[in-house]
Amino acid sequence: MSDQRLPFEPVIVGFTCNWCSYRAADLAGTARIKYPPNVRLIRLMCSGRLDPTFVLRAFAGGADGVLLTGCHPGECHYLEQNYKALRRFRLLQRTLAGVGIEPERVRLVWASAAEGAQLAKAIETAVEDIRAMGPLHWMGRVPVRPEITVAQPAAEAGAAVEVGG
Amino acid sequence: MVGGGIAGIQAALELADAGHRVYLVEREPSIGGHMAQYDKTFPTLDCAACILTPRMVSVGSHPNITLLTWSEVEKVDGYVGNFTATIRKKARYVNVDLCTGCGICQEKCPKIVIDTVYEAGLAHRKAVYTPFPQAVPKYPVVDMPNCTYFLKGKCKACQKFCPTEAIDFDQQDEVITVEVGNIILATGFDLFDARRISQYGYGRLANVFTSLEFERMTNASGPTNGAIVLRDGKRIPRTVGIIHCVGSRDCNYNTYCSAICCMQSLKFAHLVKERTGATVYNFYIDMRTPAKDYDEFYQRVLEEGTLFVRGKVAEVTDAARMFGEEGQLIIQVEDTLAGYQRRIPVDMAILSAALEPRRDAGDVAKKFGISCSANGWFIEKHPKLDPVATMTEGVFIAGCVSGPKDIPASVVQGAAAAARVLGRIQQGEIELEPIRATVDEARCSGCRICNDLCPFNAISFVAEREVTEINAALCQGCGTCVAACPAGAISGTGFSNEQILSQIDGLLLRNVEPLDLVAV
Repeated sequence: MSDQRLPFEPVIVGFTCNWCSYRAADLAGTARIKYPPNVRLIRLMCSGRLDPTFVLRAFAGGADGVLLTGCHPGECHYLEQNYKALRRFRLLQRTLAGVGIEPERVRLVWASAAEGAQLAKAIETAVEDIRAMGPLHWMGRVPVRPEITVAQPAAEAGAAVEVGG
Repeated sequence: MVGGGIAGIQAALELADAGHRVYLVEREPSIGGHMAQYDKTFPTLDCAACILTPRMVSVGSHPNITLLTWSEVEKVDGYVGNFTATIRKKARYVNVDLCTGCGICQEKCPKIVIDTVYEAGLAHRKAVYTPFPQAVPKYPVVDMPNCTYFLKGKCKACQKFCPTEAIDFDQQDEVITVEVGNIILATGFDLFDARRISQYGYGRLANVFTSLEFERMTNASGPTNGAIVLRDGKRIPRTVGIIHCVGSRDCNYNTYCSAICCMQSLKFAHLVKERTGATVYNFYIDMRTPAKDYDEFYQRVLEEGTLFVRGKVAEVTDAARMFGEEGQLIIQVEDTLAGYQRRIPVDMAILSAALEPRRDAGDVAKKFGISCSANGWFIEKHPKLDPVATMTEGVFIAGCVSGPKDIPASVVQGAAAAARVLGRIQQGEIELEPIRATVDEARCSGCRICNDLCPFNAISFVAEREVTEINAALCQGCGTCVAACPAGAISGTGFSNEQILSQIDGLLLRNVEPLDLVAV
């Protein structure tokens, strides 16, 4: 049984762009700026790499929220791919609403490499908002694909994380 | 090399001396940058022109350096080792092959213009001009927006008197392309516009000067031949107030420290003392003299009898309130060491204005594919371990583009950037990030969805095989096409779907267990 005395801690998967928000998170770290540990960051080369499948997979795997971050409009390292991320984000919100998930559980934040403090603030807000929304309880309602619930061999999973992150 | 200030000059010379071709692009008619405007340099007080101009001449006459002044980079294509830069050579209206630099055109030109760039608005120049006598190159430029001929259709005095018939009013802008392997950006800084702090009265009160104006005034070749005088050009000040941190370390303008203002203000204090014997007040927040021989210079200025008041100046005003203040500027300041408000009457106030990023720094950064901080300074690859490289391979930065710096630091960065470029050239082959997208032709259906997504034109369609191909040299690895491919035929090295999905699952593994316990 889950312990009712503990406050609900949402689990949020964050996708960060290598050139801006990932460095902003790094900057927040080196500057010892604190942000809630509820967000677990995955580095992509660009927010344009974000396949909407990733977001759905995160929700399916038990995440309560997903944070997408990228460079400010006009500042994309790859010229304009963050606009493509923006389009996919809008599409995603509609899709999520369609399957009964609050569209606010996925959010998009622009943060440049210099904006460590701003990113930390945005993460804090996201965590608080999603905490207020409560857990998604997706796992309890829908049968989950076996390969998600069953732990993969530790070595393999570890290797994949290392290559990417 | 983009930018011909001291950092750019240093980098260009290092590379050219090592035997490599350098194109030095400068926006102004002459190289030299801000340093050419100064008189003395702290802390040794050697004359800026004496140490700078020989280097400028070396750049001008170096067989390996192609000097492109009065020019701007318009576009950069390609990647490290294979950049193509499109450079606009603005029309000088002077044929440099014929011009001997004799200066007769400047003498004869009837149009007088206030020189806001080199002389900081303190003096005049002609409509055909070289910014200063030691300019490199020596050829003048016709200032088209101010030239009488271009305004009214007649005059051509310069053309009439030119002994070599070098003036050519039909000249057009010329656009050239050059192939370069590496790029160094050293485009410098702009001075903070002191008018923005209205309570300091610059632009409203005659005898409030900016640091750059004062630099020009103390320069022996400047508008007053080095005499320190009030705005009327005659009276010598008996008391001078120097205000530090104007527009820097101020949450209303720039929060950063401009790094050079303390030393510059100490230098001003010394020069005023030396040349006029006036009483000098320095109004500082904190005294920052960290580099070699800097604190010794501070001690020297202290011993010379300059008065230091620790506190941020609230106001510079000409409204006299007490006896003895009439006709003077009054500096209102809280002396934080003595703990009381002071009103100090002075004849002249000098504002040590902050260094700011170039107003077009954002556009320049975009042009070269690098990033700017929120302030507008260019971001280095690593603030400590890689201060002259950028996130873009083959593009380096030096001098004040990455933040305020004094001359020694700018020279160090120029040389460091040159060393980095030399290292790249010496290697012959370079290692690139392996992050590239590849197409699995067996799975590609030839739908061409990805073809329009690539910002680098790395994706092309092979009609005979009906599949899409990715050029590994052009691909930058952003992964947009990977995400878009409906067939999953495109994969990104290090960022394949399998790898990222595994990461997601890995991050959520622990999350699964407690939720499993919540049985319905």
